[in-house]
This record gives sequence, C-alpha cells and structure tokens, in this order.
Amino acid sequence: MIDRIPIDTVGIQERVARICTRSIKRESKLKALDLALRMMDLTTLEGSDSEGKIRQLCNKALHPYTELPNIPSVAAVCVYPNRVALANNILKDSSISIASVATAFPSGMSSLQIKLDDVHYAVSEGADEIDMVISRGAFLSGEYARVYDEISQIKEACGNAHLKVILETGELGSLENIRMASDLAIKAGADFIKTSTGKISPAATMPVVLVMLQAIRDNYNSTGVKVGMKPAGGIRSSKQAIQYLVLVKETLGTDWLHPSLFRFGASSLANDVLMQWVKEKTGRYQSLNYFSND
Amino acid sequence: MSKKKIYRQSDRSTQKSMPIDWSYEEAPENTSHATFFKNYGFFINGSFTKYDESQSFESINPANGEVLYRCTEASEIDVDAAVKAARVSFEGEWSNYSGTQRSHYLYRIARMLQERAREFAVLESMDGGKPIRESRDIDIPLAAAHFFYYAGWADKLAYAFPGKSSKPLGVCAQIIPWNFPLLMLAWKIAPALACGNTVVLKPAETTSLTALKFCELLQDIGLPNGVVNIVTGAGKTGEYLVQHPDIDKIAFTGSTGVGKLIQQSIAEREISATFELGGKGAFILFDDAALNEAVEGIINAIFFNQGHVCCAGSRLLVQEGVADKVIDLLKNRMQHLIVGDPLDKNTDIGAVNSKTQLEIIQRYVATGIKEGASCYECSGSLPNSGYYYPPTLLTGVSQSSTVVQEEIFGPVLTIQTFRTTDEAIEKANNTPYGLANGIWTDKGSKIFYVGSKLRSGVVWSNTYNKFDPTSPFGGYKESGKGREGGISGLHAYVKLVNNGAMN
Amino acid sequence: MAKEQSSDLTSHSNSMNSIPKTYKNYINGEFSRTESGRYYSVKAQDGKHIANVGLSTKKDIRNAVRAARKAHEFWANKTAYNRGQIIYRIAEILCGRREQFTTEMILLGYSREAAENEIQACIELIVYYAGWTDKIAQVFGSVNPVASKHFNFSRQEPIGVVGIICPETPSLLGMLGLLLPNMVAGNSQVIIASKRYPLPVCTFAEVLATSDVPPGIVNIVTGSKADLIPPISKHMDVNVLVGDTSLDADFRIMCELESASNMKRVFFWESFIPLNELNSTPNETIAFCLNSLKDPYYILYVQEVKTTWHPVSE
Repeated sequence: MIDRIPIDTVGIQERVARICTRSIKRESKLKALDLALRMMDLTTLEGSDSEGKIRQLCNKALHPYTELPNIPSVAAVCVYPNRVALANNILKDSSISIASVATAFPSGMSSLQIKLDDVHYAVSEGADEIDMVISRGAFLSGEYARVYDEISQIKEACGNAHLKVILETGELGSLENIRMASDLAIKAGADFIKTSTGKISPAATMPVVLVMLQAIRDNYNSTGVKVGMKPAGGIRSSKQAIQYLVLVKETLGTDWLHPSLFRFGASSLANDVLMQWVKEKTGRYQSLNYFSND
Repeated sequence: MSKKKIYRQSDRSTQKSMPIDWSYEEAPENTSHATFFKNYGFFINGSFTKYDESQSFESINPANGEVLYRCTEASEIDVDAAVKAARVSFEGEWSNYSGTQRSHYLYRIARMLQERAREFAVLESMDGGKPIRESRDIDIPLAAAHFFYYAGWADKLAYAFPGKSSKPLGVCAQIIPWNFPLLMLAWKIAPALACGNTVVLKPAETTSLTALKFCELLQDIGLPNGVVNIVTGAGKTGEYLVQHPDIDKIAFTGSTGVGKLIQQSIAEREISATFELGGKGAFILFDDAALNEAVEGIINAIFFNQGHVCCAGSRLLVQEGVADKVIDLLKNRMQHLIVGDPLDKNTDIGAVNSKTQLEIIQRYVATGIKEGASCYECSGSLPNSGYYYPPTLLTGVSQSSTVVQEEIFGPVLTIQTFRTTDEAIEKANNTPYGLANGIWTDKGSKIFYVGSKLRSGVVWSNTYNKFDPTSPFGGYKESGKGREGGISGLHAYVKLVNNGAMN
Repeated sequence: MAKEQSSDLTSHSNSMNSIPKTYKNYINGEFSRTESGRYYSVKAQDGKHIANVGLSTKKDIRNAVRAARKAHEFWANKTAYNRGQIIYRIAEILCGRREQFTTEMILLGYSREAAENEIQACIELIVYYAGWTDKIAQVFGSVNPVASKHFNFSRQEPIGVVGIICPETPSLLGMLGLLLPNMVAGNSQVIIASKRYPLPVCTFAEVLATSDVPPGIVNIVTGSKADLIPPISKHMDVNVLVGDTSLDADFRIMCELESASNMKRVFFWESFIPLNELNSTPNETIAFCLNSLKDPYYILYVQEVKTTWHPVSE
C-alpha cells in the first residue's frame, strides 16, 4: 500500500551539510528566533511532573521573558493526559494550544482500545492536539496495514483535535523506513508528522527531518494537502533551530514557516533562543542565570 | 473546547497559513585579512621580478567588473629566465635533496596552506568569481590535501612502481586554467615536486592571484630557489613555455582545442606530455534512483563553480517515466539557489569568470533556443554589475543539438530522456569527450554494468563532482591523456627504469 | 577462408613439390586480398623471389579498423581468465606450427638456430603475457582511501582500437612484443607488418585463425609504411598508436602530429633490438630482447584508468 522509496543516506547528509553552511545574521536571525519561539511546543513529559512544574511551564509559555515585552508566546505546551486539565485551566484565555501525548506513550505497547481510550480521555480533558506514537513493532515486522488502521482510528478519535503522529525515528532503523512510515502516517490522516518521543536516542536529526520533509513535499505535490512537521528531542540550541528553519524553507518553501505547519518539540531550546535574542538586542553574550529554568 | 486556538486546522485541504517572508540577509565574508599587491611581476628563482607596466595586463574582479590588480605578461625572455632557473635548480641544489627532504617541504606547504586557508579562499573568490562557500570548503582544503598526500609519496616512490625505480623527468612546464586556480596549481606542483622535478607554471591570465600569493608562502617555508617558478600571461606566454627547448615535460589543463595545438607543436620532440582537457559529462538518472538526492546531485553536477568544470554533468539523461517529476523537483530546487556576490557566504552561484566566458554562455544558450530548445532560467535577480548568468535548463534538445555536443562551461544543463539502459549508455558515450559521467540508480548491479560501459576516466555513481587527492582523475578520448591524483598521478612525473631481473 | 589457408602448407622448401603460397591480409578473421590489388615481391637473401605480399592501401586500413572497432567490445567484455586462456592457446598453436615458421624464416635467410630461437622466444612471450590478464588490475589497480563517505576504486580498462606499427626485425618477436600487451589490455588492433620480413607475421595470422581469438581482434595488414602510416595515424576511430624507435623519425613525427586530431595515445617504445641483419641476430640478443619485452608496464600504458565513486551508508 505504500511504496518503498530509495534514499541515499550520504546524499541526504551532504544536503544537510550544505544547509548548515547558510549564514543567518542580524535581522534574518532575529526573525528566525521569533519564528522558533512561536513554533515551539514547550514540553514536559516526566513521570515526576508535579502541579507546580506544569504551572511553571504554562507561565513560561505565556511569558517567555518578562524583560522583553515583545517576545511572542509559544505555540503549545505538551504534557501527559492527566496534566491536560490543569494546563487547560491556566491557558484557557490564551492562544496557546495544549498538546498531549497519548496512545500508551512512549512505547505504544498496548491494545488499540486502550490507545483509543487514552486519546478520548486527553481530548475530553481539553487537549487541542494529540501526539500519538505508532506501533514500531508492527511497522518493523511489516504489518503496515495495522499501523495504518491504528492511525486512522486514532485520527477519528481525535475529533477536532489536531493529530501529530510520532514515528520514533530512532527506532526505525533506516531512512527508507522513516520515509515509508512518514508516507503511511500522512496517508492515514496525520495533520503533523513528528520525529520522536524524546525518550529514545537519537531523537530528531537533520537528515531524518529532511527525509520527512521530502515526504510532506511529495504528498503536497500529488494531493495539494499540506501536512505539518515537528522535530522533537535533541534540539537545544538556537543555531540548530535556525538550521531547521533553513531546511524547511529550502525544502518546502516559506508556506511551512508557520506554527500551523512547523513545530519544535523542545524544553531547553526556549532559553537558548531567548538568550540569543537578548544577545542580538544588547550585544552582550548571556548567562543562563538570568533565564528561568523549567 | 471554548477557546479559540489560532493554529487549529479542521480541514487539511483548505488549510491556509500566513507564510512568513524570511530571506537571508547579506553575510559577507571578511576580506580585511586578505591582502595583495596592485601590481605583480613573476616569481623566478625564489624572488619576485619587477612589475613591468609596458607589458602588463589587468585582472578583473568578475563580481563587479573592476580591475583587481595588474600582472606582467611574460615574454620569451622572461619564460627563458624561468626555465633556466628551474634547470639550474634541477641539475643542482634540488637534485641533492632526498625524498625525505622533498617530503618535508611539501608537508610544510600543505600545513601553511591550511593555516592561511581563509585568506587564500577570499582571494580565490575575488579573482575568479567563485562563491566563498566553495573556495573555502572545497578549493583550498583540497589544494592543501593534495600537497599533504604527495608529500607522503616523495620518500616512498620505491613502492609506487612495482619492479621499477623512478627518476624525475626534469623541468616541467605546467599550464593551468582559470576555473580552479589554486587547486589546479596543487594538482600540478605537488606530484611534480614529490617526484623530484622542478617546475615553471603559468596560471590563467584571468586568475593569477593565488598562484602569486602561493609564492609568498614558498618564500616563507624556504623552498630552495628555482624549484617553483611562476610566469604570468595569456596564450602567447603559454606558447613560449611549451616551445622552450629546455623543458622535459608538459602538463596542460585547458580546452581540447589548445591541447591539440600543443600536441602538434611537440610532435618532433622527445617530451612527455599529459593533458586534462574538456568534457561533456552525462548524468544518467534511472527511474529507480533516490530522486531527491539525485536532484541534489544534478545541482552539484552542473551548478558547481558556475558550471566552469571540465567534468561537469552538463547533460542530464533521465529515464522517461520520471522525467517530468525530476524536472519539477529540479526547478523547485533551483528556486533556492542564490546567485550573487561571490564573497557572500550564502551565495550558491557566483560570478562567471570573465566577460568573454559570459558571452560564450549567452551565445550557446541562444544557439540552443534557435535550434528548438526550451529554456528555463532561475527567476531570482542578478547583481547589476559584474558577470552573472542564472542557472538554466534546456529541454527539447536532441543528441545532435549544438548545446548537447559542445562544452558550454557554464551553468547550463541540457535534458534528454531515454527508455532503456543501453540507450542511456549509447547517448552518454556518443561524444568525442570522455572525462566523467554519473549514474544514479538504486540497483547495485546496474551501477557496475553501466559503469563498465561508460567511456570516461571518472564514474560517479549516486554522487557527482567529488574530488580527492588519492583518487585518479583524467579523461578518455579527447578529454585528455594521463591521470592526476593517486598513484596514477605519479606516472606523469617520472621516468621508470628496470630494477634488474624481474622474470 | 581460414580453413583453406591453414591447411597443409607446412613447408616452403625449394622442392618441386612445394606450392608457393599467396600471402593475404588478415581482416575480421578472414584472409583477404588488398583492395588495391597491388603486390610486392619478398626476396630471399640471394635475391630469389619467395612470395608476393599485398601492398595494402588506406582502404585496407579502413576495413581493418572497422573490424577492430566492431570486435572491440566483445573482446573487452571477456573475463580476464578467458582472455588469458585464449592468449595461451595461441602459444599452443604456434608450438604446433613451429616447423612451418622455421622453414619460412630460413627461406628469408635466418639460420635454423636463429629461427628456432626466435620462435621459442615468441612462445615464451605469449605464455608470459597470458598470465597477466587477471593480474594487471590486482597489481596496478587501487582502492583509494578518499576523505569522504565514499568507496573509491581505480582499475585499468581497454582503450579501444590500436594501430601497431611493427619493427622490421625481428619481425615476429617484435610484432608480438607490441601485440601481446594490447591483447592483454583488451584492445583490438590493426597491425602493420614488417615490410621486409612479412612472412612470419602473415603466417601468424594462420595461427590466430586456428586459435580461439575471435575475429576482428587482431587484424594484419601488409605493405609499405608510407602508404599505411598516414591513414592509420589520421584515423579518427583509432585510439592508440604503438611502435618502437626503430621506425623512421619522419614516420614517428607524422604519428605524433596526426594523433592530435583525436588525442590518440602514441607510444614508441625504445627499440628492443638494434637494427641489424637478422641472420646475425645472436641468441643473447634474442634473450635480451625477450627479457625486455616481458614488462607489464607495456600493458599498463595501453589501458585507461577508470575511477569509480560510490557512497557508503547503511
């Protein structure tokens, strides 16, 4: 049902290397930092996530850096289902979305029914976006139809919520598999495809993201449907974030340079973006001591 | 669900985002460190000769059309002085150096080039118009790598030629082109010196700067006088050099036309000659290839160095079934190419090397269109001054089209389709040239089959325009004689003698 | 046809029983008369007529080059092992026809000993080169450790069609010294035979015809160098010219000059043997000659180096 598309890994790496030579300075850098913030899914996914931690995260999402009034807020916060209601309560009057991981995150090792229940629960608690994981075991054993069915049933369960499909690329073994999983997820109805849970290393890498962006582009060229992309995990510096933005621009075009079609799943990235921002404005290199940790 | 979330999308197909206009600001390379003189003489016997206004010529910065510096055109007498210096050095001091000592000099050159890499990169881009990204990431590092590689051979020549020992040839006359000035200098000088020869080298008249700058570096490392001599000038100077009676070897890189003239002019002489000439490489793209990477390969094959590459993949042969898709992907990719100031770090395509070359490219494209080709050009704007040509595709061409047969030496790709493997091979080989070809397929056995059928010295499979000092480079047929790089590159600079009974 | 020619003509003695042979060109595996229809007389030391040999022209060169080009790919595509066996087979056949060659060479004025020596040397040289077909790539090919994620290797490939200009003497060994490296290399050739001593070269065609060498790989043309060198050196479908320095300087210059038309590779190897009267060719000279002909670099130089790159990744 999905073609296996050949990918040349070295070619992908070379393209990425070339993307990374782009030199983004001054105004274009500030614009990129602004974009990166607005595209951020501020994330906390720990078993130890307390109420306080969620409050802090939401507060950071609303007011990334109080010293600079013009700093935009992030796109979304991303939490476990049982923290959705709390986040929803704090953010209800804002434009910030609430994303929740579901479907037996992060392994996906459960029955379809439990996954669907998980989704229903998160949505009923007020999640605007559902970040699901695919069954990697099923995918790797060649049960593509099963993976497809799961995604499309979960898409249905999402209702109005927006579905991001996590491929967990670090477990897929090859770029060909990543491409195939991307095509599968897109066909099954994903609004976004997302690299990783953040629980597996390697998480997002530029070669992986390039392959996923190519899947999105090919799908757009043949169907006219724009699917979004979310790299998650491993993106810690502004420099990396900007390189991703260059990658998106030169692969999909500026249409995708928008939070409705591109997100960063990250936690520590926000502070680095803010530090760079302040540095660009003040000309001083910054210290983390001046930026709140989440 | 009472909140209004701005990013929610309910119907994916009608989703509209507000795209953000985000372009890259200028990112100019700092040039303050790269200094050069306004006028240059030659480098003979270890020192610079005086600049001579009466026989001078100007070198233009192709990025803005302004004069960058002036050089002296070497006369017969100047060339003779250079050859004499090389001869004296070859018969004298240099011949006393052991392989180990020669290797030490070459290593020093390599390291010094690495240390001063950025400076050389900037000068190369100013003088020749190539984007700083390429001079910085490709030309200069590769030049240094060449010296480093051949440095290691200088004291290991006994292992290079099984059953034979080697002797240097003597004084080498070396003529290099303007497309990779310092890199071509390295390709010529490094193996020549490693084998114990001395050289007189003439850079192209539009790009003498890095060769002259290189001489400063030779003075710094204390290379014995006369081992390397540089004379500047155009065709006439080159003629004096190759016709000089006291040279032992000619190494020429340039057009096939000039190569043939040189070959004729030395017919009566016992002189060894190697040639690196033109090309019209085919880029064979099969329908089972990794198309996205192949498209990137095409970009690299034809738009690298403004297409001023003898081994450029200037003919795309694409399998019929994927032709439309590939052309779409290619056009899309081309929209992200930045044509402009060579010294901007984001520039992908710099300036065409000279006004003359720009006119040649324009003429070829006009001929192509007259012969029925459709032309697609990158839409981005070009700088107002200087010599620029946009990346261009020519479709609707046939094997007999002028633009398919002749080397354009510019960012112009012709596109033809094919149906069967054998048809692709036939078309690829149907040219007097044979320098390089590319094959793109996911099928390993096909790579070896097609690769063995292609009549060219280099076969890039699932990649293109890759260079390495260990990798022999050179042409079949009218693309040249001999190889540069690797062990093969040593053959061009030695006489072999028997080691005694081998049988 | 090959079969007729190679039949029972083992002796050229002066006896009344002998039937004088007509020597023809050998093109595309067939014995053919020259297009010109002109001949010259090959004479013995004492001036007696021995045989008529064709004075070929540019049309014969054209036909021979055409045959060589057509056959080239077939030869180039054979496995190295197979080429080695085919070349070895030539030695076997030559061995069996030793006496035919000896007789012919004696007719030309060789002493029996000198003739036998040269033929023995020829056989040895063929066997020597037969062993190189599957070793050249191993000795001279290379895997190049490039500084990127690519597998890169260089190996030797045939150049194509070769024009071989034989030395006048030793006509058979000299011809083989030029021919064998090219056969090993996978080239196909047009041989311009020794004008003065063409008989062993012509008769060698009979060896080829009865061996396993496919038609068109080795083509032999007889005649005057002044007639044959211009068309072959100008021919746009000839890739290589080889000869030795015993060739007149004027001819060598012509080859160098004309080769520029299509960038032919031109090699004039240092003459294996001082130009001397064949009968005085001492055994040591033949031995020296044989020794210096055993050199794989002769193969290397009539091949092209092809370098192939491929990415390495999972």
